[in-house]
Amino acid sequence: MAYSDKVLDHYENPRNVGVLDKDDPSVGTGMVGAPACGDVMRLQIKVGDDGRIEDAKFKTYGCGSAIASSSLVTEMVKGKTLEEVEAIKNKDISEELALPPVKIHCSVLAEDAIAAAIADLKSKQTAKAS
Amino acid sequence: MSSLNIPIYMDYSATTPVDERVAKKMGECLTQQGYFGNPASRSHSFGWQAEELVEEARQHVATLLGADPREIIWTSGATESDNLAIKGAAHFNKKKGQHIVTVKTEHKAVLDTCRQLEREGFEVTYLDPLENGLVDLDQFRAALRDDTTVASVMHVNNEIGVIQDLKALGAICREKGVIFHVDAAQSPGKVAIDVDDMNVDLMSLCAHKAYGPKGIGALYVRRKPRVRLEAQIHGGGHERGFRSGTLATHQIVGMGEAFRIAHEEMAEENARLSKLRDRLLDGIKDLEEIYINGDLEQRVPGNLNISFSYVEGESLIMSLKDIAVSSGSACTSASLEPSYVLRALGRADELASSSIRFTLGRYSTEEEVDYTVNLIKNAVSKLRDLSPLWDMYKEGIDIDSVEWAHH
Repeated sequence: MAYSDKVLDHYENPRNVGVLDKDDPSVGTGMVGAPACGDVMRLQIKVGDDGRIEDAKFKTYGCGSAIASSSLVTEMVKGKTLEEVEAIKNKDISEELALPPVKIHCSVLAEDAIAAAIADLKSKQTAKAS
Repeated sequence: MSSLNIPIYMDYSATTPVDERVAKKMGECLTQQGYFGNPASRSHSFGWQAEELVEEARQHVATLLGADPREIIWTSGATESDNLAIKGAAHFNKKKGQHIVTVKTEHKAVLDTCRQLEREGFEVTYLDPLENGLVDLDQFRAALRDDTTVASVMHVNNEIGVIQDLKALGAICREKGVIFHVDAAQSPGKVAIDVDDMNVDLMSLCAHKAYGPKGIGALYVRRKPRVRLEAQIHGGGHERGFRSGTLATHQIVGMGEAFRIAHEEMAEENARLSKLRDRLLDGIKDLEEIYINGDLEQRVPGNLNISFSYVEGESLIMSLKDIAVSSGSACTSASLEPSYVLRALGRADELASSSIRFTLGRYSTEEEVDYTVNLIKNAVSKLRDLSPLWDMYKEGIDIDSVEWAHH
């Protein structure tokens, strides 16, 4: 399969690979996918006091497109507010990486990972407030 | 200075390049200056010369098998031989019985032929191999019934390289009066064959996995006791009626020469390939969570089939683009077909792993093996560093016990 240069670049040099402390109240963790489907993505975001995302990390088990999609997402979310991040759609990812049609699900999974990370963060904040 | 040619070919079980010595002989049978005659032409020297070459080649194939040249039938390849052997014997013996025994790890040419016979009303038993890929002899014996006419077991498995105990299987078939067919496409030059000692009745062969050309194969058909077949291709009555069609002199000469070389150089080549295979295995064996598929002792020297846990197949292949290998997954993966052979070994419980078949051959070098070792180590470490599943494994979480949201 011919991958775009951008996918290859993210695959060869993935950005922001790593782990944030999942127990930190300012960190949201989203894990989506399933081993049986061939992709598991874990995205973590950390919000600063100004409400903007100051750090993001990922680890992904999956094909080159899945790795590239999650790597790209960590770059896209940094510096954004949660509202701005929620507005990121799979199309933004798939267009940026020029994903072939059979790999669109990788960008959908990345969008799901963002949503899951935000949901985790919000539930932590609600728990803290109550 | 590096003499490496990238990509490195490590897929010798898929096919081999034609040996230069073979190509030269084949080239002599094509043009006006060469031996282009029809071997079936009885009335002139063009035909006689071509026939002589065909018979010389037949002798080379027979010698490798320990057979009589009159027991060798030319076909288009092992797939056709499998079809002719299994359908031919099943059809001919239909009145005696309509039951066939084979194994789940056989090549598709055998399995699909059996499926076709099932559609025609035959009954087929597909045996599970042991975890190491070998057939359980007791289970095999128990599967043979009074109405069983044919048993088909491959010699060397194409994916995992394990060698079945033909002598033991053949003895059981002979005792039970069942025709014993063996797909030996992967064997020539890798493991010794003696059809009499092994009690083989029918044996499928091809040239292109032994440094001969594609498009030519043979079927060994035992004469004493005589094995009878119903022909599948009808026409001019070539090959004593077993397989009609003008003989392809250049292909046959190529197969004969390839088998002559395979027979002569087997011991030396196996010793060299064993060393290379061990070098490859030694190089990567310190990686955690890797599994060798198939028995390592009862195995041809050039084959190594390894599963890498917590590494996704497609990304692994992307990282290994400098080497030509065959891949599959030990289980279900979104992007790679699961291998039915590995599944039959009972490795289906492995949720997240991918397998690679490395097959070395006549032109493999130490330098190529060393390059491959480095490439695999780097790729596997990199992908595991990227993998949340590897983290979970390291934390002691069993990923089979996690409830995944299937999408």
